[in-house]
Amino acid sequence: MAPHTEQLTRPAVRLQGLTRSFDGRTVLDGIDLDLPAGQFTALLGHSGSGKSTLLRAVAGLDHGVAGTGQLTAPERVSVVFQDSRLLPWRRVLDNVLLGLDGKDAVERGRAALAEVGLKGRERAWPGQLSGGEAQRAALARSLVREPELLLADEPFGALDALTRIKMHSLLRDLWKRHRPSVLLVTHDVDEAIVLADRVLVLERGRIGLDLTIDHPHPRSYREPVLGEYRERLLAALGVTEDHA
Amino acid sequence: MTAVTTTTTAAPAPVTGELPQVRRRRRLSPGRRLPAARLAGPLLVVALWAAASAAGRLDPGAVPAPWTVLKTAAHLWTEGTLPGDVLTSLQRAAYGFAIGLTAGITLALASGLSRAGEALIDGTVQLNRAIPTLGLIPLFILWLGIGETFKIAIIAIVVYIPIYLNTHAALSGIDSRYVELAEVQGLSRFAFVRQVVIPGALPGFFVGLRLGVTGSWLGLVVLEQINATSGLGYLMFQAQNYGQSDVILVGLLIYGVFGLVSDSVVRLIERRVLSWRRTLSS
Repeated sequence: MAPHTEQLTRPAVRLQGLTRSFDGRTVLDGIDLDLPAGQFTALLGHSGSGKSTLLRAVAGLDHGVAGTGQLTAPERVSVVFQDSRLLPWRRVLDNVLLGLDGKDAVERGRAALAEVGLKGRERAWPGQLSGGEAQRAALARSLVREPELLLADEPFGALDALTRIKMHSLLRDLWKRHRPSVLLVTHDVDEAIVLADRVLVLERGRIGLDLTIDHPHPRSYREPVLGEYRERLLAALGVTEDHA
Repeated sequence: MTAVTTTTTAAPAPVTGELPQVRRRRRLSPGRRLPAARLAGPLLVVALWAAASAAGRLDPGAVPAPWTVLKTAAHLWTEGTLPGDVLTSLQRAAYGFAIGLTAGITLALASGLSRAGEALIDGTVQLNRAIPTLGLIPLFILWLGIGETFKIAIIAIVVYIPIYLNTHAALSGIDSRYVELAEVQGLSRFAFVRQVVIPGALPGFFVGLRLGVTGSWLGLVVLEQINATSGLGYLMFQAQNYGQSDVILVGLLIYGVFGLVSDSVVRLIERRVLSWRRTLSS
């Protein structure tokens, strides 16, 4: 087991010997991993490296996938997908409230929308939102359930560069306020460095690199210290920069 | 030849050395809708019909003038059997349609939401679909007699098939991403069906509904002309025996109005229920 988990008291997620394979092709090859409660972790990997498979396993969404191993995760888990996945026939607020009940549900839904900057858009149809707004609504939908663990599968992958930067600071702010454990799956090295306190690189079905990024927030892409992390991560991903 | 072509293409080029002005591209879409555009075609047909009748170019025995048809309609309405015939026809269509609609929805839900239901129902309906429903008429007359029951049964079958097929296809074609979302959000099976599956299947259901409404009129016309002692089709059949082409046209006109009105009503409901869809095209 990795040494960093020893000093932390309560892991939110624990993977022990997690194996997953599709049609005999091993995608996850016996992964041991602890995610401490409240930690912001990013999971990097090439496309096809199995990072989505890992996230879907933790989310309990991998029906019918062959695999072994132990997996513990909190009760309240939310998932943000790459597409906002808003139901087009429900208004924005009703989308946020999907699966939520209780007397104060509507109030909580409104508050969550206000928190992501969508106050006043409660009655809009998803088709009327821009890509960034739709993803904000998806964030509100996952936060309103007060998750102990937030799983995000390339949540900003389909957004334009400017919107992505805004969404980064929004996600970081929301995390600071609500403190869920976050597992952010991404293929964007810079995104991982700017957002996460720990970056994992998935390589051939195993955790190839486990890097703690000890640097104050908010971070900018331009900071030279972060460049070192960047090089280490790119090297772990097998990418070398010619101009460096 | 070549020289001429060169000079014509070179002509719009700027002489002053300034950048050329942007010309708007030729529009390829048909442009804005004309107001009440749907009515233009039918009105033109009626106008031509009236003009030809007034000019005496149409044999009044084959194609009576529009005003003759209207006069006949008024006459039949006040002094003939027309109100009773219309009511009978409407009743047959309405009963048949209501039964077909209920059966179509029920079977589609049972088959679209459970594997056991699908195994039992889907193949059977597909088999039923392969048999032309109007071909069942002789058998149904033997089973149910020549009264109203068999007519309603035939109309119900004509209606339920398109409603079942389209609703079932929509229910089973629900986007797997939404299924995943419902799982993540912890929806119960009932909530999943009510909040995700059924709203998602409504567009498909409405396609089936419109086909079903059209089908109910189609079935009605055929049934009433083959085998009835009352109703619009019977009126037209009698008129054929006496050579009254104006009465036949009155019947056709009323069928047309029925079809148009019912289709418009369904479309209106569809626009209301699926109002979220309009945002996609805007």
